[in-house]
Amino acid sequence: MTSLPKQAPAKRLGLVIDLDTCVGCHACAVNCKEWNTTGYHAPLPDSDPYGKDVDGVWLNRVHGYETGPAAGLDSGKAGRTVYFPRSCLHCEEAPCVTVCPTGASYKRTEDGIVLVEEDKCIGCKLCSWACPYGAREFDTDGGVMKKCTLCIDRIYNENLEEVERQPACVNACPAKARHFGDFNDPDSNVSTLTAARGGVELLPEMGLKPTNRYLPPRPSATVGDGASLQDAPAAGGFLGWIDQVLSR
Amino acid sequence: MQPAYSVIFLTTATGAGYGLLALLGVLRAMGSLPDERAFGLFALGLALTLITAGLLASAAHLGRPERAWRAFSQWRSSWLSREGVLAMAGYGPAALFAFAWLVLQRNDGLWPLAGLAAAVLSVATVYSTAMIYRSLAAIPRWHHPLVAPVYLILALSTGALWLNAVLAPFASNNGGHALLQAICFAAVAAAWLLKIAYWRAIDGATGESSTATATGLSGLGSVRPLDPPHVQDNYLLKEMGFAIARKHAAKLHRLTHLLAFLVPLILIVIQATAPGPLSMAAAALAAVSVSFGVVVERWLFFAEAQHKVMLYYGAENI
Repeated sequence: MTSLPKQAPAKRLGLVIDLDTCVGCHACAVNCKEWNTTGYHAPLPDSDPYGKDVDGVWLNRVHGYETGPAAGLDSGKAGRTVYFPRSCLHCEEAPCVTVCPTGASYKRTEDGIVLVEEDKCIGCKLCSWACPYGAREFDTDGGVMKKCTLCIDRIYNENLEEVERQPACVNACPAKARHFGDFNDPDSNVSTLTAARGGVELLPEMGLKPTNRYLPPRPSATVGDGASLQDAPAAGGFLGWIDQVLSR
Repeated sequence: MQPAYSVIFLTTATGAGYGLLALLGVLRAMGSLPDERAFGLFALGLALTLITAGLLASAAHLGRPERAWRAFSQWRSSWLSREGVLAMAGYGPAALFAFAWLVLQRNDGLWPLAGLAAAVLSVATVYSTAMIYRSLAAIPRWHHPLVAPVYLILALSTGALWLNAVLAPFASNNGGHALLQAICFAAVAAAWLLKIAYWRAIDGATGESSTATATGLSGLGSVRPLDPPHVQDNYLLKEMGFAIARKHAAKLHRLTHLLAFLVPLILIVIQATAPGPLSMAAAALAAVSVSFGVVVERWLFFAEAQHKVMLYYGAENI
């Protein structure tokens, strides 16, 4: 059913992504692609993968942004680079679900994960139009829509070691910038991290109540301006003595 | 947004077809149309051909058209599903209406109700088509209260002008059908005003979202793209980043003003005042002009629509 669940899901599974520690290595995106091209959503096709017009379905894309005032150095603060992985946020008010004409797109009542049932998808693309986050990508080979499943075929998979029962992107992150858990549990890692670091939702003005939270970069330490390296200290020291001698 | 040819054709052809069908239903119920079978066959045939061709074209842009029947199931939440259900439901009364007119040649008793029901369902179908776009908050230029009224009035305009063209040879007097001409004139004029109001409102609006709110990085000052996430255009850019017509937007706006509104208004006046053959030619030209005009209008509706996902790719305030 493409109506949203009437009562709030028992669990609200999602991700916390730490923009302070993300180094932009794309390991999350690559591991996502690797796992999902063989898993629930298999395959995630590529067209012309070794040619000039490479294109393909990715459920996770890592953007890099330059932030800070344009005249960053004038303001006494340097700008900084922030890497920003973008994937499905599993919104509570998911517009991609309600627009679906076939019932292929749905939000699970047990854990709030938003999924596409591929056998029902007619490939009308309306869900991808409805999502402001660009979380859904069209599979031109299969004629159906693909999206992040929060790795439902990993997180409940009893054939995997317990530490492995996390989304592929979380397992792959070498900087531990990605965290997976239940936002309904106030003591979960994702809830405590969000509270401690002031985790934000994306496009809050749209009111879609995304589940995932992003932790903004911590304020950076003051960047030295090199002033103390311009001249020898006036009082004493070997360099000071040399400076005095040569200044005569 | 990428203007898919099939969707442009779907919305303009079904708009004209439903506008035409609705007018036939209402005007025949009022006893204001010629009873001739030839006219009925021609007018109803044109309406149903436009509707059916448009609906079939919509299936052409699906990834899995063989599953299209599933789209009738989610009318509780989805305007696309409602459009499908209403479109199918409309064939029932339309068939009865055609049967009463073309086979039984009756327009008494309860028979006019079939035409009126077809008219109501036609309006409802065009409204749901418009609401598919109107309901998408990710595309602010579509998420506007004037979108549905503009779709409805343009459907009425194109339908009325086509009916006027088809009716001209059958009209008893040379100047054509006075009531229908009045409807044509009023609908085109109203459509023009609504479209101008819509363009004014939408061009003056500044978006509430920015790359900063989209990335949650508002605290760091301005946010500009540095490293792109991929080296070639992906699905998102091809589908939502389409801006090919935007540099021609001013010219295409002028073309819409001309073809969809100004020329049809002038031609209707010519039709009403000119003698026989010239009058008929004016009616036909008006229908052709508005059809091209509405196609340009619909192309702009897509090509000018900015999608919020482009904020991640450096678009300013959407």
